[in-house]
Amino acid sequence: MTTVSGLPGQSSPPVGSAPVLTKVDPDAPRHRVAAGPPVQKAPPAKRFGGIDAELGQHAVLSLIGSVSVAWLLYENLLPTSGAIGFWLLAYALFLGFFGVISATTLDREGVVDRLIGAVVSTAGLVMVAALGGIVLFTFLRGKGALANLNFFTETMALYGPDAPLDKGGIYAAMIGTFEQVAISVVVSVPLGIATAVYLSEVRGKLARLVRIVVEAMTAVPTIVAGLFIYALVLIQLGRDGSGFAAALALSVSMIPVVTTTAEVVLKLVPNGLREASLALGTTQWQTVRKVVIPTARPGLVTAVLLGVARVIGETSPVLLVAGFTNELNYNAFSGPQLSLPLYVFNGLRQPFDVAIERAFGAGIVLLSLVVIFFALARIIGGRAPGEMSRRQRKKINAQMAALATSTSQEDPR
Amino acid sequence: MSGPSQDELAGLDGLGASSGRTGSNAPTIVVEKAPEPRAPEGRTIAQRPTTQDRAFVLTARGAAVSTLVIMLLIGVFLTLGAMPAFRQQGFGFLLENEWLPEAGNFGIASLLWGTFVVGLIALVVGFPIALGAALFISEFAPRSLKKALITLTDLMAAVPAVIYAIWALFFLQEQLLGVAQWLSTTLDGPLGFLAVAVPDSPSSYTSSAFIAGVAVGVVIIPTMTSVMREVFSQAPVGEREGAIALGATRWGMIRAVVLPFGRAGIIGGTMLGLGRALGETIVVFAIISPVFDFTTNPLESGTNTIAAHIAIRYSESSGIALAGLLGAGLVLFFFTLTINTLAGIVVSRSRSGAATEI
Repeated sequence: MTTVSGLPGQSSPPVGSAPVLTKVDPDAPRHRVAAGPPVQKAPPAKRFGGIDAELGQHAVLSLIGSVSVAWLLYENLLPTSGAIGFWLLAYALFLGFFGVISATTLDREGVVDRLIGAVVSTAGLVMVAALGGIVLFTFLRGKGALANLNFFTETMALYGPDAPLDKGGIYAAMIGTFEQVAISVVVSVPLGIATAVYLSEVRGKLARLVRIVVEAMTAVPTIVAGLFIYALVLIQLGRDGSGFAAALALSVSMIPVVTTTAEVVLKLVPNGLREASLALGTTQWQTVRKVVIPTARPGLVTAVLLGVARVIGETSPVLLVAGFTNELNYNAFSGPQLSLPLYVFNGLRQPFDVAIERAFGAGIVLLSLVVIFFALARIIGGRAPGEMSRRQRKKINAQMAALATSTSQEDPR
Repeated sequence: MSGPSQDELAGLDGLGASSGRTGSNAPTIVVEKAPEPRAPEGRTIAQRPTTQDRAFVLTARGAAVSTLVIMLLIGVFLTLGAMPAFRQQGFGFLLENEWLPEAGNFGIASLLWGTFVVGLIALVVGFPIALGAALFISEFAPRSLKKALITLTDLMAAVPAVIYAIWALFFLQEQLLGVAQWLSTTLDGPLGFLAVAVPDSPSSYTSSAFIAGVAVGVVIIPTMTSVMREVFSQAPVGEREGAIALGATRWGMIRAVVLPFGRAGIIGGTMLGLGRALGETIVVFAIISPVFDFTTNPLESGTNTIAAHIAIRYSESSGIALAGLLGAGLVLFFFTLTINTLAGIVVSRSRSGAATEI
């Protein structure tokens, strides 16, 4: 019934490659059993996950048919509903056509399999398209603002929101974002990494509770974090809104991100390294400082960068506690301070097209920062979490060798 | 979990510290002269941490405790701040749907309802896409594409909410007006509550719970996708192969192995998404026009959620009104905490079953 492409005797998959799924290809078309003698054809070499010619043919035919019919129907029946309606109709038609065409060569199971495959692939496509659409839309709407150099070097202090694009800019917002993120890094990175070290290295009685609480902390809505700082700093301590208060609110969001990522990374350090180090007679602190942390360093940097990428665009906590100003304020500890997310948010509520364009421009800058930090985190962190590159392994080995020689020379103190 | 337990490590540590010169870090190797069996009363291995170690453990524990304290403080400060409002309103705080703090009459009933409606619409929009995308990434995507898609999902989760907000306000809303109008005019027969006052004017449909819900749905897609994908990818290889060996199609294999195995991941991921949706502030704030009334028609302009209400009202609130806002924040805190803790338990249960590998 199915085309089995991996009969015994045929080449087995290379060692270390994907799960042995390759042996029987679920993509293989499930052809109806023909009444007459089966036509013997050598099955063409197929790649797992690939698209065979028949599938491609059917899909393209259904696509052309569905779009044409949808266009025809849409012109006559529902002329008002916009692009979304058109595509929904076309998609429904596509599924119908695809099912019918597939039924000409496949049995029921095969048709269902194809339809589900189509639906699931569409969902993946929609997700990618949503992200792509958001990035593209922001870029198209905001590129006019970026074209003027003054956008990066001036502030809006002297200009109203309806000032033309060659006047004013986001300098104050960039300074504010930079300072606030820097302060929250200073506050939350030592705390987060030390907590992660506690969870993964010290592993005391509190560890279970701390892990649960940190997990819960990731879930605290950012507006609640902002409200907490508002209640603590602005009401209880009677201070005015400032960049520092905003940084504290950001830290509440950043600590759990740094902690959970760092804990995962520390857990990846092979236990053999710890044991080897301890067997050399080091203390726990020496093991952590000279073996565990250096081994995990790229991952720890990733943890910090992911934390930064997460909080750099947080708007709601900053909205509550940073106050509002258009002035340039270098001092994060006193007076209100602008930041990029706040700038975007204020801009989008203005009734002027130029203000909105500037908001999109600031959005591009913000998005680029997030992407840069994210990409850096990926590059420095190496592979996906859970994997170590060969280079990292080599480095660890070299470090261990160096450690072994250095401990033997080190002054015993 | 493999690897030495705390006690084993402590024992090893003690071996170094208690042998020979105390405080020395140099390895001390005790060479036995003869292989004769030792008397059982030989040396006891005990942990005697150095000063350095004690300081290290104290510092790490201090950091962990301060994380606990921060979380505790959030609860304490919100509760303390909200006390006046709770004391004045009692249970009415949860049941009243007016917000007139000056008149001594306020509560969050309509806010709770609005939050629920927006969260529900977000799930209805986000869940199918997230489930499909997770299945696509873990089961259908070619190997070369898989890593890129995982990165893309994570990146989408990192896109700031304010970017989603401007996109939703200036792009999505326009696209959805026609859909909302069509839904309203087509369904107002069987679902009468969907009818709006002026059905022909597109502005009847702007700033509605529907549009806010769809936008929040897009925001929570990556959160749900990454949890579901991770659980799907842990479905045991042996059982997958078994299903395929029995002649299952890819979908047959997914239905028989991946979905049952990943059920907890689907539920947990959805709950995490819901938690995120309930707390979403900026997207909702940017889109809705705040109305302090029960949202009966999600397609019609005007609704409100707890998070958006806090962001809208904080600057003009003081005294009892501010206490009310803190109370609303406490309720939101409590809800998201409960949902996320439950989600965490569900997801971690699913992972513990991952040991059926052949």
